[in-house]
Amino acid sequence: MKEPSSEQEPAIRIRDLVFERGDRAVFEHVDIDIARDRITAIMGPSGTGKTTLLRLITGQLNPNSGDIRVDGLPVQSLRGNELYALRMRMGMLFQNGALLTDLNVFENVAFPLREHTDLSEPLIRTLVLMKLQAVGLRGAAELMPAELSGGMARRVALARAMVMDPEFIFYDEPFTGLDPISLGAIVRLIRRLNRTLGLTTVIVSHDVDIVEHIADVTYLISEGKVVAHGTPDELKENRSKWVQQFMSGLADGPVPFHYPGSDYRNQLLGESG
Amino acid sequence: MALSKAHIRRSRTGLAAFGAAWLFFGRVVALFPRSLLRPLLVVEQVYSLGSRTVPLVGFAGLFVGLVMALQLYGVLGRFGATATLGPIVAITLLRELGPVISALLYSGRAGTALASEIGLMRATEQLSAMEMMAVDPVRRIVAPRFAGGVIAVPILASIFSLIGMLGAWLVAVRMMGMYPGVFWGQMHQSVSFWDDFVNGIIKSVVFGLAVNLIAVYEGFTALSTADGVARATTRTVVISSLAVLALDFLLTAFMFQGT
Repeated sequence: MKEPSSEQEPAIRIRDLVFERGDRAVFEHVDIDIARDRITAIMGPSGTGKTTLLRLITGQLNPNSGDIRVDGLPVQSLRGNELYALRMRMGMLFQNGALLTDLNVFENVAFPLREHTDLSEPLIRTLVLMKLQAVGLRGAAELMPAELSGGMARRVALARAMVMDPEFIFYDEPFTGLDPISLGAIVRLIRRLNRTLGLTTVIVSHDVDIVEHIADVTYLISEGKVVAHGTPDELKENRSKWVQQFMSGLADGPVPFHYPGSDYRNQLLGESG
Repeated sequence: MALSKAHIRRSRTGLAAFGAAWLFFGRVVALFPRSLLRPLLVVEQVYSLGSRTVPLVGFAGLFVGLVMALQLYGVLGRFGATATLGPIVAITLLRELGPVISALLYSGRAGTALASEIGLMRATEQLSAMEMMAVDPVRRIVAPRFAGGVIAVPILASIFSLIGMLGAWLVAVRMMGMYPGVFWGQMHQSVSFWDDFVNGIIKSVVFGLAVNLIAVYEGFTALSTADGVARATTRTVVISSLAVLALDFLLTAFMFQGT
């Protein structure tokens, strides 16, 4: 494993992050660097707190200890307005889109503009239609969120996340539960947005095949620790059994197939007797 | 057994939740004037929480008025005091039944809707999404709903009392043949604007504050599961109903000593 490069200050720098939920440590002394203008993937088995990590970076949760800096700003010590100012520079795509269900597609995308700007109605209309065109859903502007398929909802949410022209964008499990066509569309959009706009992109996912294709750097997280990180090629060559198991999707290995429990034989016999 | 660590932790989180609840209440109430700066958001809520509860409240008010007049006409007749029917109905409705029953009905119809709506927005990450868009969900979602509800409840209570009086008029005057001049005249003479009407409105404003605060709080803090949202709606009805009844006693004791 190579050291995080010190030549360029990373866009997001996480040092010695500790986060506990109840008695369980979700993160134990985690260090992560997210490079500017690149696609960084955070991978790991379900339940390792990948989404929690996004919430920590965006200041929706506070860590027990450690330092998270976004563009040099210490997220955890920002006050309300400063945090909101930082969030205006961030876009986030939630797993299920999280569209506002009482507004139609157009109003959902217009929502941040209406809340944060005094732009004229024609200008808002133009901006929203441009973003909807970019995700291919200009024709769906009048639909309500309930009328959209999962893939469409996610694209609308992407248009909404982009409407304020953010510098950072976070994707929470963007590939889960999509049909191949929607999946292709989302993958292409993520890559294009990153390349054309120079967006610092963070993807949380456990989809090895897709992440291999689009991520510049990948962090593998398990049981609260960074197990490995590097480019997709570096990870493939990683000798660690755990990394091998995760990257090639083997059911059993260092991560056992069975959830820890009492002895199988004893339990069966004990219960019948 | 000595206090275990778990006990201490539980009571500490309990205390923290109690404090957080009061901070939340404070914020929501403090945001009330500011939410009026975006009147469209509030009007929308007055409509969905208030206007759509009018049929329910009107129906209940009508039947309460009808039954009261039926009962009182017989009882008062025994003492030859049917002339006091109008004032008794009006004062009871304005002081007690209007504010209390309409607040109870409101919590069942609109309070639950409020709690489950906000709870579902939490469960579907709409509130988190708003926070990520640098929009404060308490300001954008909770405050207008609270303001709309607080405006709606006293109006509903007035509608309840008005229709209740019409119900009593239907029974006493139209059915039993009471002289309308006596019915309205006595009512007009004995009902005091300040003592009866205004105090009733003050009561329903207090009930409106309580019911709506409980509803938005339960919704906002609901766990992000089907069970969590269900529990939030149930708690809204139970807690706000009890709160209305308890507050009613306090307010009555305070307002109507000796009148």
